[in-house]
Amino acid sequence: MKSSYREALRAGLRDALQRDDRVFLMGEDVGAYGGSFAVSLGLLEEFGPERIRDTPLSESGFVGAGIGAALGGMRPIVEIMTVNFSLLALDQLMNNAASLLHMSGGQFHVPLVVRMTTGAGRQLGAQHSHSLEGWYAHIPGLRILAPATLEDARGMLWTALQDPDPVLIFEHGSLYNVQGELAEDAGAVDITTAAVRRPGTDITLITYGGTLPLTLEAADRLAGDGIDAEVLDLRTLRPLDEATILAAVRRTRRAVVVDEGWRSGSISAEICARLGEQLFYELDAPVARVCSAEVPIPYSKHLELAALPSAERVVAAAHGAVGARG
Amino acid sequence: MSGPDAVDLLRQMLRVRRLEEKCVELYSAAKIRGFLHVYIGEEAVAAGVLSALGPEEAVVATYREHGHALLRGVSAGAILAEMYGNVEGCCRGRGGSMHLFDAATRFYGGNAIVAGGLPLAVGLALADKLAGRPRVTACFFGEGAVAEGEFHESMNLAALWQLPVLFCCENNLYAMGTALGRSESQTDIALKAAGYEMAAWAVDGMDVLAVEDTARRAVDAVRAGGGPHFLELRTYRFRAHSMFDPERYRDKAEVARWQERDPITLLRTSLAGSGDLSDADWEQLQADADAEIAAGVAFAEAGAPEPVADLERFVYSEAGASGSSGAAGSRP
Repeated sequence: MKSSYREALRAGLRDALQRDDRVFLMGEDVGAYGGSFAVSLGLLEEFGPERIRDTPLSESGFVGAGIGAALGGMRPIVEIMTVNFSLLALDQLMNNAASLLHMSGGQFHVPLVVRMTTGAGRQLGAQHSHSLEGWYAHIPGLRILAPATLEDARGMLWTALQDPDPVLIFEHGSLYNVQGELAEDAGAVDITTAAVRRPGTDITLITYGGTLPLTLEAADRLAGDGIDAEVLDLRTLRPLDEATILAAVRRTRRAVVVDEGWRSGSISAEICARLGEQLFYELDAPVARVCSAEVPIPYSKHLELAALPSAERVVAAAHGAVGARG
Repeated sequence: MSGPDAVDLLRQMLRVRRLEEKCVELYSAAKIRGFLHVYIGEEAVAAGVLSALGPEEAVVATYREHGHALLRGVSAGAILAEMYGNVEGCCRGRGGSMHLFDAATRFYGGNAIVAGGLPLAVGLALADKLAGRPRVTACFFGEGAVAEGEFHESMNLAALWQLPVLFCCENNLYAMGTALGRSESQTDIALKAAGYEMAAWAVDGMDVLAVEDTARRAVDAVRAGGGPHFLELRTYRFRAHSMFDPERYRDKAEVARWQERDPITLLRTSLAGSGDLSDADWEQLQADADAEIAAGVAFAEAGAPEPVADLERFVYSEAGASGSSGAAGSRP
């Protein structure tokens, strides 16, 4: 059936709310407004205000309340409008959600799911456009998911709700309107492994989330140039599926990492480091990266586009890697 | 309040006092490390409020929480072993003095981020309300927390959603070294709470009978569906903020004035005067408390550190953990 990424997310929410009485959705404008990105549109009418719970603008308060409700036996889904706003709740996410199990010597699980929008490309300026999922992937105790496809938008939520530990799901704002085919019986998906989205033998393009479409486009263009590129979708940024990443690059011996986060101290840096640590003698070229320019994302369209990864930059980086001599 | 109950409150305060005195001694002997914050002077608050709670209730506390843990039912041995960093500790030595947790008694910390426990309490209460369980979450925090945004966010959420939370502000007048009047434009904390359309009462936090009586009425009201209630418990910390505090910010005369209202001495004198506590009774209370703490020390001394091979456990739940109760198989 035809579905948008947004509709796939909504189907996942509806399914979880129908299947488990302990599940509820809480966040800013998730109810009467229908969700700031219309993901939860219609759910208030279907499930009522106790389970589709509009909150005040209190990110730390309602994220912390989600943690408390999870401790109390519920299965809360907390929506934060954008990743930039999640910084107001960073205390709760880091000092409580990620730390309680360890601090309590294994006594207190926090089965909380937090969804938030991430990423740029919509001329929203520096306070609505950043890609901070790599930051969150720095934190032990969290599981970090980045659904890039309709199947993952539909299916990651239920699996995340079964996890006894906190899971953060990052939805790239440019994906909500993506349309495609989704199986009628689409359901829960695995949340531990990376996935090969396009097979190839000459080079591995490693990406996740909002940059998957442009990376697939780059792979198509590279095919026209006679370069057979594999595209690997990380899906889970923490814990990283290191085995799949290493196996892919071991096959192709070349890699480009595409990440909308800033280059310095990023998830792309982590992947490069692991490839260097473990595949140094098997690589035919230095691992290349395509990341965002190290600026707060600007408003004007030409500057924003210049700051972000593009298919052109991925193609150029891949040519550089394939042209290099090992 | 009849005689025996008052004697029991005296007993509870004395247990906390003896535990804390022992903690200071053990810290000086380098048996306990890290930060250590003791509750000496403030015992009437925890003793009064916790005696008004049932076992089904939840408690969220601060980093000055040894006494709350003890009175909630965590053994002195498990508390001291935790501070020794031993695996027999209530958190296997992973929490330490500031992070005591215990699922069996629904003791949710041990929160060392000021005001960070308030949103948790709101969420625990939300879970109870959604599940239709008539029970209360008691949340302790200092007056320093009142300056934090999380305090205001939590007060608003609890009042807006009429959640069963008992907020207990332990106003000991100093946020570390910053006096209340130097940090708040409005120093009447109960008045602030009332601004959130919440019943808020200020109580003499050195009078354990007053604390117990007020807490009981508040707990009854919260449990009956009356929404969140707020207690401002006016108390004083007799000792330094932590073991590293030279106390430059307050003078000794002020401390001495407050020590004249030592909650243990006040109640002991009152009970002796009314004939409800003989000298022999008092000696027995002290001997019992000393014996309990001595047994706790012996338990901690006999403990062992967790093997380093286990370092990375409890970052993610281990196979088989469902998290279904949110409390590792204990009461939901």
